[in-house]
Amino acid sequence: MAEIQQKGGDSGKGGKKRAKKMSTKIDMTPMVDLAFLLLTFFMLTTTFAKPNVMQLTMPVKDKKPNPDEQTKIKASQAVTIILAPDNKVFYYFGLNEPTDKSVPVPEIKVTDFSANGIRKVLLDRQKQQPEPIILIEPYVFDGKQAKYKNMVDILDEMNITNQKKYALVDISKKDVDLIKTQKLL
Amino acid sequence: MPKVKPHRTSPSLDMTPMVDLAFLLVTFFMLTTQFRPDEAVVVDPPSSTSDLRAPESDILTLTIDSKKRVFFGYDKAPVKEAAIRAVGAKYGVTFTPSQIKQFSLMPNFGVPITQLGSYLDKDTEQRKALNPSLPGVPYDSLNNQMIDWIMEARKANAALFKKPTFLAIRGDGDADVQTVQTVIKELQEKDINRFNLVTSLEMKPVAGAAQ
Repeated sequence: MAEIQQKGGDSGKGGKKRAKKMSTKIDMTPMVDLAFLLLTFFMLTTTFAKPNVMQLTMPVKDKKPNPDEQTKIKASQAVTIILAPDNKVFYYFGLNEPTDKSVPVPEIKVTDFSANGIRKVLLDRQKQQPEPIILIEPYVFDGKQAKYKNMVDILDEMNITNQKKYALVDISKKDVDLIKTQKLL
Repeated sequence: MPKVKPHRTSPSLDMTPMVDLAFLLVTFFMLTTQFRPDEAVVVDPPSSTSDLRAPESDILTLTIDSKKRVFFGYDKAPVKEAAIRAVGAKYGVTFTPSQIKQFSLMPNFGVPITQLGSYLDKDTEQRKALNPSLPGVPYDSLNNQMIDWIMEARKANAALFKKPTFLAIRGDGDADVQTVQTVIKELQEKDINRFNLVTSLEMKPVAGAAQ
């Protein structure tokens, strides 16, 4: 045993160290691979860090509304869009005045959020009527209501169709009644 | 005309400049990246074609999830510290310095002020387990703590950094439209009329082309 130890110690201490002649050039490929991997990772993570936003400017709330100063929307300009549950869109042209018998009762049409849906309706309307005013009413009644996604979608359609005048308002009782009488919900 | 002789070059080329550039870029991106902090609620914002970007800082985020809950978040710690003191004083709740410190580190929260103290005393893992059952910041007209948080944070930001606050509403696509409208209406009461709805980017449709 001692012999083995001595032998081992001998070879460790007594052996001459030979400087191996190595090439000064090393293979950098794995390092480059790693560098580029990290580069790709950080590039992709930084690009998507900041969120996109959609601006929504609401009118300044008038504390004491004066009915004389309020401008009435002309029936020819008015378009009402109702965001219904289940991603449906109801719309009608003109005004809905159930108490005024001289105003014809509008007919609600149903469409959706596809490119051939509400976007086509808006673009066609803009051709007929140069300045339509759009009222967006999210349907909230009886526990059934539209999703926030629908609201963003319709505001987005306003941007896409370059619609200038639109307002986001609460659904009126008369519109809920109109939907009921036409048996849409 | 003399024929162009193809040069015989060595197939191994000097990669050093490329490696230098790669590492330079790695360092740059590593230093500029900010990792997304652990938020109290995960929402999936709807997509839109709007390509406006949110600013770098001073963003107040109201996160609205599909369970009608509202979460309040601000991106600057000193503003949050000032806000928790001010709102706490208004509701007669005092916080210890360690609770305030803990609060300033959280990206957002959704508990009523009376429960905030015990929520802050818990550690990160316990809070994470608690998050799905949180009630959210109260925002109904009788107990409107959300508006107090917003007003105090805006005031603090104006006082500390002399900058306006950018108000972002980060709603889940499946959130009720009524909840979002209620929040917007309450902010309008305080003469805040400019909102920014956080959305994810979708491609603009090509004019005239049907999808």
